[in-house]
Amino acid sequence: MFIDTHAHMISRTTDDYEAMAAAGIVALIEPAFWLGQPRTHVATYIDYLSTIVGFERFRAGQFGIRHYCTVGLNSKEANNEALAEGVMEILPRFALKDGVVAIGEIGYDEQTPLEDKYYRAQLELAKELDLPVLVHTPHRDKKRGTTLSMDVALEHGLDPSMVIIDHNNEETVGEVLQRGFWAAFSIYPSTKMGSQRMVEILRAYGAERVIVDSACDWGISDPLGVPKVAALAREQGVSEEQIRKATYENALAAFGQSGQIAENHWLDPDPIDQRTLYEGNSILRGGREPKIEVPGARRRESLLIE
Amino acid sequence: MLDAASRTPLSLLRDWIADCAAPDAFAWFEGRLALAAADSSERDLHITLGLIPRRLGKTDLALDAAALDAAAAARPGWRPVDWSLDGAARLLTLLTLPAAEPGRFAERFKTLRITADAAELIALFRGLPLYPEPDALAWEAGEALRSNLKPVFEAVAHRNPYPKERFDEHRWNQMVLKALFIGAALHPIDGLDARANPELARIMRDFAHERWAAGRPAPYEIWRIVGPFSDDADAVADLTRALAAKEAAATELTRKAAALGLASSPSPEAKAHLAQSAPELKSAIESGALTWETLAAENAVKSANAAPDPVLPNATPAGA
Repeated sequence: MFIDTHAHMISRTTDDYEAMAAAGIVALIEPAFWLGQPRTHVATYIDYLSTIVGFERFRAGQFGIRHYCTVGLNSKEANNEALAEGVMEILPRFALKDGVVAIGEIGYDEQTPLEDKYYRAQLELAKELDLPVLVHTPHRDKKRGTTLSMDVALEHGLDPSMVIIDHNNEETVGEVLQRGFWAAFSIYPSTKMGSQRMVEILRAYGAERVIVDSACDWGISDPLGVPKVAALAREQGVSEEQIRKATYENALAAFGQSGQIAENHWLDPDPIDQRTLYEGNSILRGGREPKIEVPGARRRESLLIE
Repeated sequence: MLDAASRTPLSLLRDWIADCAAPDAFAWFEGRLALAAADSSERDLHITLGLIPRRLGKTDLALDAAALDAAAAARPGWRPVDWSLDGAARLLTLLTLPAAEPGRFAERFKTLRITADAAELIALFRGLPLYPEPDALAWEAGEALRSNLKPVFEAVAHRNPYPKERFDEHRWNQMVLKALFIGAALHPIDGLDARANPELARIMRDFAHERWAAGRPAPYEIWRIVGPFSDDADAVADLTRALAAKEAAATELTRKAAALGLASSPSPEAKAHLAQSAPELKSAIESGALTWETLAAENAVKSANAAPDPVLPNATPAGA
C-alpha cells in the first residue's frame, strides 16, 4: 500500500487513476495550488476549492483511491493582493471540510513581501484550527527559501512536527531533518527529485520523517513516482521497513494529525462512504499483486473502443 | 414521549441523533443547536456544519421500520433510509434556524451549497422536503440533478417526495432519464408510477432503441415506465423484443421486467403475447411472486455478488 501525499489530480486522466490504483496507491492528497496560469477572481478560487473537496474526491473514489486535500493560497497568487485578500476571507470556510488534512501548499516563490505576509497569515490560521501545514519550497534560491520557510514557521510558534516541508533535494534535506520538520520529496522529472537520487537519500539519511510524493500535475510528471521509488529502493536493498515509512507510514503520521486521514478509511470504510463516495480498492479486496503499468497501456494496445 | 401523530420531523431528527451519538458529543451538538436557534452568526453556522462529522461521527442512523413509519407520518413521502448521523445533524441544524424574511433561507442554502463538500451536498439536498419555502429552492434542486456526483443526484431523486410534488413534467422526465443514464435505480424514486406519462414512456423507448443500436442491453426498469402506456403495436413490439432478450448481456432480469411491462399494458395483444411466450412469468406475476419490488431485490443481490472488474470496480460514467 502507498500514499501519494502530493498529486494534482484535477490535471490527470482516468488512465492515471487506473494505473495508480493498480500500482497499490490507496490514498492521495491533492494540495490546492496554482493552475498553470493565474486566477483573477476569488470566485474561481472558490469553485476550484469546491472541486477538490467535492467532485475530485468522488472521482478518485470510483477508482478505489481515497482522496484528501489541503487548502491554501499558493505563493504565486499571493502576489495578487486583491485576490489574496478574497481567498484569505473564504479559506476558513474550506479548512474544516471533510478530508482537508492541512493548510497548503503555502510558502515562497519569489520571496516577496506579499508572499511573506500571506504565508504568515496562513500559518496563524493553521495554528488556530490545529491543522498541519504543507510548505512548498521555492524552485529558485531554494536553499535560502527553505531555511526562511522554517524560520518563519518557528517564529509563529508552530511545532516542526506539524509542518511538512516539500520539494526537498540533496541540498536542503539535512537542515530540514535536523530541525525536526518532515522532509517530503517530489519525484518529478528534471526540476525536482529523481527516483535514483531518492534511493540515495534514503540510504544516506534513513526514512525517519522522510516522505516520498509525485507532485504530478499538468506538467510532464509521473503519477507512479511513489511506487516506482519503492520498487527501485527494494531492488537496491533498502529495507522494507524504510520503504514502508517513506511511502506510507510517515504520510499517515504527519497528515493524520489533522484527524482527517486514517487507515480505516480504506481498510474498513464507514458504510455511508461505501454507499456514496468510495468504491473500494480492488487490490485490497482481491489479493492482486500491485503492478506498475504505464498509464493507458491497455487502451493503447487495443483498437476496440466499446 | 409524544404520540406518533404529533411528532414533527424536527423532534424525530433530534431523537434519532440523541440515540445514535455519544452523550458528550450530543451535549456539544445541543450547544451548537442553541446557537443556530438564536441565529448567532453565519460564522457559527459554518463552523457547526463543518465540525459535525468530526464531533458526532459518520455512523449510520440505521432507522428501524417504526422510525420510518414515524417519518412518513410526520412528513408524507419522507423516507430517511440510508441516512448517516452527520447528515441528519446537519439537516437538523438548518431546520433549527429561526423563521426569517421570505427568501432568506433559500439564499443561505445557496451560499452553503456553493462551498459544500460531497457529504454536505448530500445532506443539504436530502433535506429538500423539510425546508421552509420549498418553491424557492426549485432551481437549487436542479443543480443537484445536473451534478456529476451520483450520490448528490440521488439525494434529490431517491426516497425524496420533493420532485413528485414540485417538478413539472419536463423536469420529472429528465430526472428519470438521467437516473437510467448514470446507473441510478428507478425504484427508489418517490412517485415513479404515479408521475409516469406517455412522453416519458416515449423517451424510455427511444433510450432502449439507442442501447440496442449500440449492442448493449437496455436497463430493465425502462419497461416499468413503458408498460402502462404501451397502447400501440410499436410499444408492444419493444416489450416483446425485451422479453425475447436476445441482446448480448441481456439478462433474466430484463425478461422478467418485460413480462411485468406486458402485464401492465392496456393492449390485449400484449397480454396474449405474455401468456403465449412466457406462461411461467405470467403466473408468477398473477401469484404476486414477481413484482417490481421483488425484481429490485433480485437486482440488489445480483449487484452485491457481482465479481468486481480487476482494475476499475463498479465504474459509473464520470464524463459529462
